[in-house]
Amino acid sequence: MAVIDELILLMLAASALWTVMTRSLLRSAIGLALTSAMLAILMFRLNNPFAAVFELSVCAGLISALFFCIITITEPLTPEKVREEAGARFGRFLYLPVIVLIVGLVLRFLTVKVDVKIPALEEIADVRYYLWAYRQLDLIGQIIILLCGVFGIVILLKELRKKGG
Amino acid sequence: MHLIWIFFVYAIVLFVIGFYCILATLNLVRALIGIEILMKAVTLLIIIAGYASGRTSLSQALVITLIVVETVLIAVAMGIVLSVYKHTKSLDTKNLTNLKG
Repeated sequence: MAVIDELILLMLAASALWTVMTRSLLRSAIGLALTSAMLAILMFRLNNPFAAVFELSVCAGLISALFFCIITITEPLTPEKVREEAGARFGRFLYLPVIVLIVGLVLRFLTVKVDVKIPALEEIADVRYYLWAYRQLDLIGQIIILLCGVFGIVILLKELRKKGG
Repeated sequence: MHLIWIFFVYAIVLFVIGFYCILATLNLVRALIGIEILMKAVTLLIIIAGYASGRTSLSQALVITLIVVETVLIAVAMGIVLSVYKHTKSLDTKNLTNLKG
């Protein structure tokens, strides 16, 4: 494992921690996009280019844009209210870095014998084969999930429009 | 140290961060961000499993499916959050007491 991989993993964990710890929701959304970008870089390095492209365009792009939209639509807290809630929030999230550090260090230096039998490379086809032929039933499931999402959004927004007049 | 174990440790760390975020936050948008971080941990595990077994094509297909599910989940959840905001004029989970018995 190259040093750069470990560095990217560290940055991935750090950006995820920053995403959760930061007070501003907008900064949280930016942190999430950064986490996705780090994960995409890791995917590129681990020979997963198609998944990396999806991660970068959909997760770092589309989902971040959705988060920015919802943060803009909903009214942000006033500075006074933010100051009021800062103390309580600090108390709630104070333990997170400590827990992460303890879990990370304990697992990192735990001497677990990982005995994974890695089979010989048998890449019978590329990703298109797996997507369109090997996992056809999953593809139907994906289509159903997409339709559920579309109808869910349509029903929700229709209800909102009715209530809004 | 084994490569898989190092990735596994970071995936667990991501999982802890996401889970803590969902448990500790009172903001609905931040809860969604916690769910997203949980998804990133699962994605990392799938990627390293594919890399270790040499079947990167299969892992890529699984990750693409996961991303589709993730996007739909977030889109619908955001619709629900928006609906909650229109009703309560707040994103605070403390105000969601309509079904409290």
